[in-house]
Amino acid sequence: MTRLDLTRFPKMNAALKNRWPQFLLRAVTLAGFTFTILAGLMGSVVGSHNFAIIFVWIAWWTALKLFFIPFGGRSWCSICPIPMAGEWLQRGGILEPGKKKVGSGKRWPRFLRGNWLQAFGFLLIGLFSAVTLTSSKITAIVLLAIILLSLVLSLIFERRAFCSYLCPIGGFTGLYAQAGPVEVRVKEAEVCAAHSEKLCYDACPWGQYPLALKSSANCGLCMECLRVCPKDNIAVNLRPWGSDLQADTRHNLSEAFLGLVMLASALVDSAIFSGPWGNLKMAAYTIGSREWFLFAGIFMVSALILLPGFYALCVSWANKLGQKKRTLQQALARYSQVLVPLGLMAWIAFTISFAFVKFGYVLPVISDPLGWGWNLLGLQTKAGVGQSSAFVQILQVIVLAAGLFWTTRVTRRISGSNRQSIPLILFSSVFTLGMLWLLIG
Amino acid sequence: MDANSSHPAKVARSKLWFYGPVFVVIVLLILLVPLPQAASTPTDRTIRIEASRFQFVPGEIHVNPGDKVTVELISQDVVHGLSLDNYNFNLQAEPGQIVTGTFIANQSGVFRFRCSFTCGNLHPFMIGKLTVGSNYLLIRGIALAGLAVAGAFLSMWFSTTRHSQGVR
Repeated sequence: MTRLDLTRFPKMNAALKNRWPQFLLRAVTLAGFTFTILAGLMGSVVGSHNFAIIFVWIAWWTALKLFFIPFGGRSWCSICPIPMAGEWLQRGGILEPGKKKVGSGKRWPRFLRGNWLQAFGFLLIGLFSAVTLTSSKITAIVLLAIILLSLVLSLIFERRAFCSYLCPIGGFTGLYAQAGPVEVRVKEAEVCAAHSEKLCYDACPWGQYPLALKSSANCGLCMECLRVCPKDNIAVNLRPWGSDLQADTRHNLSEAFLGLVMLASALVDSAIFSGPWGNLKMAAYTIGSREWFLFAGIFMVSALILLPGFYALCVSWANKLGQKKRTLQQALARYSQVLVPLGLMAWIAFTISFAFVKFGYVLPVISDPLGWGWNLLGLQTKAGVGQSSAFVQILQVIVLAAGLFWTTRVTRRISGSNRQSIPLILFSSVFTLGMLWLLIG
Repeated sequence: MDANSSHPAKVARSKLWFYGPVFVVIVLLILLVPLPQAASTPTDRTIRIEASRFQFVPGEIHVNPGDKVTVELISQDVVHGLSLDNYNFNLQAEPGQIVTGTFIANQSGVFRFRCSFTCGNLHPFMIGKLTVGSNYLLIRGIALAGLAVAGAFLSMWFSTTRHSQGVR
């Protein structure tokens, strides 16, 4: 399949190998992250007037889904500030690895590997989303807890344990990065096979060996392998969207679980934040109340039983229609690829309405980040109500239909026949119709 | 590639050039072709909407195209507003106060109405829904979803035919 290796261009190659551009970007995101925590703790309690809420949950969360993942895969992970402090200690240097490394460097327990904890983390975000997404203090406390947890884990475990196994956003970006148009791969497999030092593996904060990379899910695009390879054998490719979603790529059960949690969360978030059901919003908001427990129960049953049950039923049916018999577990893992374009496009469709309507909140908080009545930049200080237009609604329909088109192609590609692909297309169609109804119904 | 094997590939390619634009035209037709609304006599309606943190009751309202709609907004707790998407319609009610406003439902479809006065943390998501006539966009969306599945199979068939004939 067509690839464009960016390292073929000398200036691009030099920019990717140089640690300074990435370091400066990460310094900016770290400063923004620190300011966000301070704004959350010290600023206005009204979420829509606080930098923390607007920049994390409207600006950044929107940018992640509409820009970073669709056009850069896990590119956000390469400039994320959360693991920075731990990484500096682990490698004993800020810009470059030093001699005095800090940390126990234990291996992450085998039974906790995969995407299970990330999926449960994302479920937790969903359960408390009505409060986390609207309370600046809670947002600040969550961010602070995440950065501390990441630091502590870096001191106990080797490499980016938090990012690889715990970070819910890492799970989100990793899953959908498989559909993204960027990958790190080796140029010539023979060159790597003949090279015994494996400097790339030693340098990789994600514990990946580039020669073995078949999926971009667990590659954080940090470019360390590119920087240390003495053979200049690492390529940074632009590739067609969805290149990791093939009949011969390997997937595991935790990916299927993560993909299903993402689908359930897209449905629930659409219902809470875009729907007209006040009782549902209040139930999600009043944590600890009888209504909240009812909401939590319905959410958990939907995310852990109903949706996975429907998926398992469709996979089992498809498995029976195929000539090559697989165990149900193998089939569930194999068809997890179907959930990638389906979920990514559903999240984009949901985010479009969110972004267009709520983006009016961004400028006022730049001018008054703490909600204290400042007007630092002389901008408009009061956010408009925001409106959804016919254009936005049509765009949502097109995105969801394009998602179903893409999902159907992936389903057909990994199925043995048209007939075998029908159950999973049925699953995808039902989900798409559900999203359509929630967003424009 | 010999002449015999290139023939089906050329056919597949020419079909792609034909079916591609046809597919796009069908998409545009599904999305944009005007659909007639069911005939209904415009009537005057008065709808009382109670606003409290963070919900409107009723949250879903259905009227017919052309109806003259008078909204009575009453706030149950703090100051709330009501702004209707795509209509230049905005009300603001103090606690316990009833304010009224009237508009003609001259645009069909589904429109969200939102609280337009900051009333607390969930304020940006205090939303209700007004449906004027039939929700044709949902029907168009369902039709487009069906076309997406059919189009995906068709595109896979073209890819298979082209690759089996060695066309790059």
